[in-house]
Amino acid sequence: MRGVVAAWPICLGYGAVGLAFGVLAANSGFAVWQIGLMSLLVYAGSSQFVAVAMAGSGMPAPAVILTTFTINLRHLLMSSSLAPHLKEMDRKWQPLFAYGITDESFAVNMTRFAGGNWGWPEALVLNHTANFAWILSTMAGGYTGQFVPPGAFGIDYALTAMFICLLIFQFKDYRFVLVAALAGILALFLSFLIERALAILIGSFLASPLGLFFRWNSNLKEDR
Amino acid sequence: MEYVLLLLGMGAVTYLPRLFPLVFLSRRELPRWFRGWLEFIPAAVLGALVLPQLLLSGPSGKVSFLCPHFLAAVPTFIFAWKTASLAGTVIVGMGSFWLLNRLLG
Repeated sequence: MRGVVAAWPICLGYGAVGLAFGVLAANSGFAVWQIGLMSLLVYAGSSQFVAVAMAGSGMPAPAVILTTFTINLRHLLMSSSLAPHLKEMDRKWQPLFAYGITDESFAVNMTRFAGGNWGWPEALVLNHTANFAWILSTMAGGYTGQFVPPGAFGIDYALTAMFICLLIFQFKDYRFVLVAALAGILALFLSFLIERALAILIGSFLASPLGLFFRWNSNLKEDR
Repeated sequence: MEYVLLLLGMGAVTYLPRLFPLVFLSRRELPRWFRGWLEFIPAAVLGALVLPQLLLSGPSGKVSFLCPHFLAAVPTFIFAWKTASLAGTVIVGMGSFWLLNRLLG
């Protein structure tokens, strides 16, 4: 139950983005079952938008699949980072848990794990609550073909505001601030050269060892 | 049928990077430097997600400090910093963004 409650900002954000996605896909000629099946089998927001645009303009399937791969490769980092927190989880749950790893579920689960009193069952429930909200809202968008006017109540900003808050929760000392700032700046500059999702992956991959350097530095000082 | 095959392909390339680290890393005793590195991943990922979202969301696609996305982030940041409340921050963020869109739009 706590997993469901903790998922509310994600559900709010997914509701808005999912509806928008469903409308866009329906207008590009996708049927509701096709939209639902994509949300179920792929379950990755930004790559679904790109796929609809690409498939809608007649791009060959291998190109769409390759693009999907590059956009979603960043989950590799998130899955690695979650792994040490899931030691107690039975292996049979791993495939089901991995399916639900997204930017949003990762950010909320990591924050909860760090705060303590959060275990793999809650995290698993949170993942699938968010997944349910995504599938439902994308299909609802495809079904109605119209939705709450874009920007109503600032709902488009729900996930951004959630990320901002979870980012602040990460600032345990100055090293985390430095790493986040560097990752942000790298991602910003890289996104002028390559697609945004890949820029996020490379930016965070390059910036995260910086914190380690500072840690070694302070460890060395302590050793002396 | 062709569409289902496309989805299976997209699903597979999305799913495998989500699964592999979990399967291979969760039961292993990881070296200290690696665990140290993993600790910084959330901060790095969130920084890399947030900054381009705030600065590149304008219609021009260029860096803009005057767009509602960035301006709304200022009260959102301050509120998150002062209260550490996720629910409050999401509401303040949405409210600021909505207001700024009305004022600027």
